[in-house]
Amino acid sequence: MTETVVAEHKTKVQPRPVSWRRAARKSPAWRAVKRIAFYLLVAAIFVYALFPFYWVIRSAFTPESDLFITPIKWIPQHPTLQNFRYVLETKDFQEALINSTIVALSVTVIALTLGAFASYALGRIKFRGRSLLMYLMLSMTIFPQIAILGALYTMITNFHVYNSLKALILTYMILVIPLTVWVLTSFMRALPRDLEEAAYVDGASPFQTFWRVILPLVAPALVTTGMLAFIASWNEFLFALSFTETPDKHTVPVAITSFTTGRGGTFQYPWGEVMAATLIVTVPLIALTLILQRRIVAGLTAGAVKG
Amino acid sequence: MKHRAVLVLAGLSCALAVAIALTVAAAGSAGTAEPSSPAAVKPPPVLGANAIKAKYGGQSITFVGDAAVGNSHVRDQNLVAQFSKQTGIKVKLVPHPSSGTDAYQQLARNFSSHSSSIDVMMLDVIWPGAFAPYLVNLKPALGQQAKLHAAGIVLNDTVNGKLVAMPWFGDFGILYYRKDLLKKYGYSSPPTTWAQLGAMSKKIQDGEKASNPNFYGFVYQGNSYEGLTCDSLEWLASSGGGQFIDGGKVTINNPKAAAILNLQRSWVGNIVPQAVTTYQEEDARNAFDSGNAAFMRNWPYAYSASKGTPVDGKFGVTTLPHSGKSPSVGTVGGWQLGISKYSKHVGAATEFVRWMTGPAVERYDAIFNSNVPTIPAVATIPAVVKTNPYLIPSIAKVTRVTRPARYLGTHYAQGSQAIYQGINQILNGKSAQSVLPGIATQLNQLVKK
Amino acid sequence: MTTAEATARPRRSRRRRRSGLQRKQTRLAWLLVAPALLIVAFVAFYPLGRTVYQSFTNEQFLALEPTKWVGLDNYHRLIHDTAFRHAVWVTVKFTLITVSFEFVLGLIIALVVNSSFKGRGVMRAVMLVPWAIPTVVSAQMWRWMYDQIFGPINDAGVRLHILSHNVAWIADPSTALWAVCAVDIWKTAPFVALLLLAGLQVIPHDLYEAADVDGASKLSQFWRITLPLLKPAILVALIFRTLDALRVFDIFYVFFGSRPDTQTMSILAQNTIVTTGDVGYGAAISVAIFLIVGLFVVIYTTFLRVQEQ
Repeated sequence: MTETVVAEHKTKVQPRPVSWRRAARKSPAWRAVKRIAFYLLVAAIFVYALFPFYWVIRSAFTPESDLFITPIKWIPQHPTLQNFRYVLETKDFQEALINSTIVALSVTVIALTLGAFASYALGRIKFRGRSLLMYLMLSMTIFPQIAILGALYTMITNFHVYNSLKALILTYMILVIPLTVWVLTSFMRALPRDLEEAAYVDGASPFQTFWRVILPLVAPALVTTGMLAFIASWNEFLFALSFTETPDKHTVPVAITSFTTGRGGTFQYPWGEVMAATLIVTVPLIALTLILQRRIVAGLTAGAVKG
Repeated sequence: MKHRAVLVLAGLSCALAVAIALTVAAAGSAGTAEPSSPAAVKPPPVLGANAIKAKYGGQSITFVGDAAVGNSHVRDQNLVAQFSKQTGIKVKLVPHPSSGTDAYQQLARNFSSHSSSIDVMMLDVIWPGAFAPYLVNLKPALGQQAKLHAAGIVLNDTVNGKLVAMPWFGDFGILYYRKDLLKKYGYSSPPTTWAQLGAMSKKIQDGEKASNPNFYGFVYQGNSYEGLTCDSLEWLASSGGGQFIDGGKVTINNPKAAAILNLQRSWVGNIVPQAVTTYQEEDARNAFDSGNAAFMRNWPYAYSASKGTPVDGKFGVTTLPHSGKSPSVGTVGGWQLGISKYSKHVGAATEFVRWMTGPAVERYDAIFNSNVPTIPAVATIPAVVKTNPYLIPSIAKVTRVTRPARYLGTHYAQGSQAIYQGINQILNGKSAQSVLPGIATQLNQLVKK
Repeated sequence: MTTAEATARPRRSRRRRRSGLQRKQTRLAWLLVAPALLIVAFVAFYPLGRTVYQSFTNEQFLALEPTKWVGLDNYHRLIHDTAFRHAVWVTVKFTLITVSFEFVLGLIIALVVNSSFKGRGVMRAVMLVPWAIPTVVSAQMWRWMYDQIFGPINDAGVRLHILSHNVAWIADPSTALWAVCAVDIWKTAPFVALLLLAGLQVIPHDLYEAADVDGASKLSQFWRITLPLLKPAILVALIFRTLDALRVFDIFYVFFGSRPDTQTMSILAQNTIVTTGDVGYGAAISVAIFLIVGLFVVIYTTFLRVQEQ
């Protein structure tokens, strides 16, 4: 099967005559230059992604009183764990961590499952109204959140789920399912046509085909989409703020915005604690990615071998 | 490689677990932040508690109080506990969202759905006009007590003859100045007119800029938001420019207003940082507290917030400057208490509000949480002045001005937006004469509605 | 069954069998799509329907008089609204700048991370950091970074002699839009990179090997193998990034509040609904946003027509 795919694409690539250019390209000096340039690029990306994060780390370990002094200290002069202690001691934040995890996990699992089924149909079965469905689903997520907020609030109160995590899980569906469906559909479409026919020839039922042939092949896409869905639910703010009332139902973004430095000032923005909270919240996500990124590669090689 | 990743995750989870375990163990005793003021102050007793208990004991009311975390929340919790204990009325405390707009929306949604789930609520000083149709008239029950409070604020809370809210605590704008820099450059006292402020700022800034290129003379709240309405009201009212809307008529487009606004515009980029058009309260405070400004306009909260910063002990407070014959003024910020007309326990709620806005609780608030009392008599109590040094008579007696919420009612937010958007444009370079007519037109349309 | 056997049968029964199979497949397809569609429709139907309905009324937020039907009045007003036209211009400018930069940067990052080198695993986690920082913190943090007095960007710039003095990046109208674009690009390039990376990884290695054997240069391979096969991922990335960019709210609100010269369409909608309290007009703006986004989607799918293989 892969041979036919390769054969189709082969015709598109013109063979070139061996030239001095190719000979030059193979020289060790050129290869060294390319290697240095490549690693410079890697370093550049590293710095680009991380330098604001360094600012977060630096500020999280700086005591509140040292945050806004000039000249700016890039390395904290009196590093402290005070901010972390405050954040972790706050019952609200602990509950918020749990709430956010529950909501994000539920939304991700539901959205991936429903998305996988839907994308299989939309990506691999030709039927009338397929494009229309795709655009319909997309269109439901296009309205600005503020526009649908009032109506959603009414719905939430009528169903008596106001101030509950169920309300969040439900409303996040509008935001997350169209994304999962679209991403997974594009990957389903990218798989070769004849996969199902080959499976049917071997006597597999439609479900078995889906479960054992298709799904493993789009595993990298599933992991990617899962991560995107999780992060999107984790960081969502407006609905989380509007549909919860008491602090025990807050999610992490809402909890972060309700920190104060405890000095009676409604204006004060507790940067130290916010930064500490950000670290506490972002580091596990990164760690999770470090683990999962092996899954992405593993899924791919399994698929290619099957051919 | 696979194992390494697992080890990393295990290590991280262990670290996090240990951290949480340690802090949870300590959490029992620690609680939330320590109060910044003497914990010796206790909530006062409820006058006539027994009579109240006999009449309303056993009822439950819901009070939407200050934001969820911090000393203000502790204050609310202490007060609510005391009242419940003494009168048998169960008060449920629900903190409001920390953002003003969100808090407004929460109440608005509650009112428009005619819900009876909220009985008493904290109202920002600019909301009584908007929520008046949904609030109980407190004049019969509390009109006498209202006489104790500052007249300007009570006037603000009276809409169409109904007293829809009782003042609870009220900030006003003041001028912070660097005592040490004034001395260094030969000034014996802080400026009393805007022109003096400009001259002093220039001299001090020129002197300091050599050693500190980020030093500026004057900082305030110039972002395109409600705070700019507060600041600009002070500029106009203290220079004969009116108060945006006076006696129901839109007066913002007048020559004196244009003059003071153009003066402020000329300062931006010179003695005022260009970034001031993005400054809110904290930005101005950070600039002043880090030693990068000579003068600052801010609310009283900045006084105690500046403790422990590089300018601690080096600054003083006074009233804002004025021009010509107009008095020095301070815009009122602050909170009132109101009762929803959909409440099922108006009687019990009224007793709660009566106690909360009485002199005893205002004294408690002032000492425990540094809230500025709205009862002038309370502001003269020595213990209160000790905790809040900006309440010395010379400052506490400053003329209070309020934003035109009464005249704009439910359209206040829109009117204020017209004001602060326009003035922000002036600060960014447009001449006042080109912007003020537009603001006046918009305000005129809204006052008519 | 093999093609040989199939061609041997008479044509009529083949068509009947194919249409029978087709019907079964269609039924299966609808069954598979139904759950996702139903949930989204259930949650979205009422709010969206109500928004569209509201756009034809003069509903106010805290109204005391009953709401009236006003037909196309709101839309008529919208067409002549200079504030709206300016907001559209600001938003479209923002979208064009950020999506193009994000796309290029995302592609570069994806290509780099796709190659094998030491530390690639760490790289894959690191590249997600900007996307993983909560939005509520991100915008505020960048406001701090750009600060005229306390911002590390000014500090670093002056120390490295790139800047002569501290710049008020956010306040100065000439740098404001670029400042905000830079933040959005930083934050969402990982999103694009992640999507494109997943797309890159489903391209079979044998294609490249075959091309190597044929002597094709790396550049030509990129142009003729990678890009075409990446089209589906590119399309999804473009659509969702554009969608988000056209609806941008948080970063502009934190940086500028309601400064009229930097109002985006969403900020205008929010202001209209919440501050002004004009829910009907705000709904009309929302519908307009919807139509503009739809226009972009149509343009993309036309130019990036993804064919079935």
